[in-house]
Amino acid sequence: MKTDDLIEALSMDVTPEAGVRPRLALAAGVGALVALALVVLWLGFRPDYPQAFGKPMFWMKASYAALFALAGFWCVERLSRPAGSGRKGLALALSVFAVMAAISIWRWTSTAPDARMPLLMGHSWRVCPRNILTLALPMLAVTLVVVRNLAPTRLALAGAAAGLFSGGVAALVYGLHCPESTMPFVAVWYSLGMLAPAAIGAALGPWVLRWR
Amino acid sequence: MAAELEDRLKALMLRGQAGDAAAWRELLTLLGGRLRAYFARRMDRSAASDVEDLVQETLLAVHRRRMTYDPTQPFTAWAHAVARYKLIDHWRRNRIRQHVPIDDVAEWLTEPETESPSARGDLDRVLSSLPEKQQRLVRDVKIEGLSLAEAGARIGLSEGAAKVSLHRALKALISRNSGVED
Repeated sequence: MKTDDLIEALSMDVTPEAGVRPRLALAAGVGALVALALVVLWLGFRPDYPQAFGKPMFWMKASYAALFALAGFWCVERLSRPAGSGRKGLALALSVFAVMAAISIWRWTSTAPDARMPLLMGHSWRVCPRNILTLALPMLAVTLVVVRNLAPTRLALAGAAAGLFSGGVAALVYGLHCPESTMPFVAVWYSLGMLAPAAIGAALGPWVLRWR
Repeated sequence: MAAELEDRLKALMLRGQAGDAAAWRELLTLLGGRLRAYFARRMDRSAASDVEDLVQETLLAVHRRRMTYDPTQPFTAWAHAVARYKLIDHWRRNRIRQHVPIDDVAEWLTEPETESPSARGDLDRVLSSLPEKQQRLVRDVKIEGLSLAEAGARIGLSEGAAKVSLHRALKALISRNSGVED
């Protein structure tokens, strides 16, 4: 095909397309619904549901997860565009983590030594990161498909950002199941649960995000 | 020159994103010429036919992924990142070992488009057989990458008349130079 003919054909097809943000928002919506379905059908709600909505710690965990989701969204929204940089989103995620870590260390040191381990380990440290990862995987898959159809040029970073985004949304939904209520627990196990999909996204990115 | 081009391309991009077919055609035509120069400069002479393929692939990517352009960012940087990605992808697919190009992002689109002074001379010689208005038309549309409407306006023709005139000019060039290898 001659280049002029190609240009002619392409300029016949200029219906405006949905932008980057609505597409990513759609991925988050689908991902959150699937995660919610997994909580309902598989994990179950926390024992004190729905009274939990009145507890500050429920909202603290929700805010921590939501801020990570927001940071992930910011990163992936930039990294889905040619020449985009995820630096600002990453800075947000790191600051949120730094604040959380500082509060947790303060809680840890101000607790009697023999009460410290329960504070950190809670009742579900073995399953928490794995559960968050499981809830995040469907959204990660959807988000990677969305990003692949955009134009990422730094594929591992874009994959990691998609994973962080999915991890944040999954951790937010996981709060409906998880009854843990200490800062050190959330700082360690929730963070690991959100980092796991980011690591998977980074590993998959160079393979699945390539566009032609 | 770079700033002027940036403004012009960006305006076309925004109109194209909003669904303006004429602006989109003009942008792709302009970019096509610039991309050809960009790729030709960075590829082996033996890969000349790949250059046109790569131009087309890149135009297609620009078209399909046009919603990823953020109006708050420079258009030149966006288009450069797409072209660079396509070039690296081409090398990777064909297992060509090359260093990733380090380009001046602000200036890459303003690199001269003709390959060499001798090519420029050949072009002058071939075009000189045409009437002056047709010469300008061929240069403006095929080399500078203007739209038919713009190039026509420069020599006082409507878009339709410019199209007919350009067609005649190219036909005349082909029949006069058909013995010459291209």
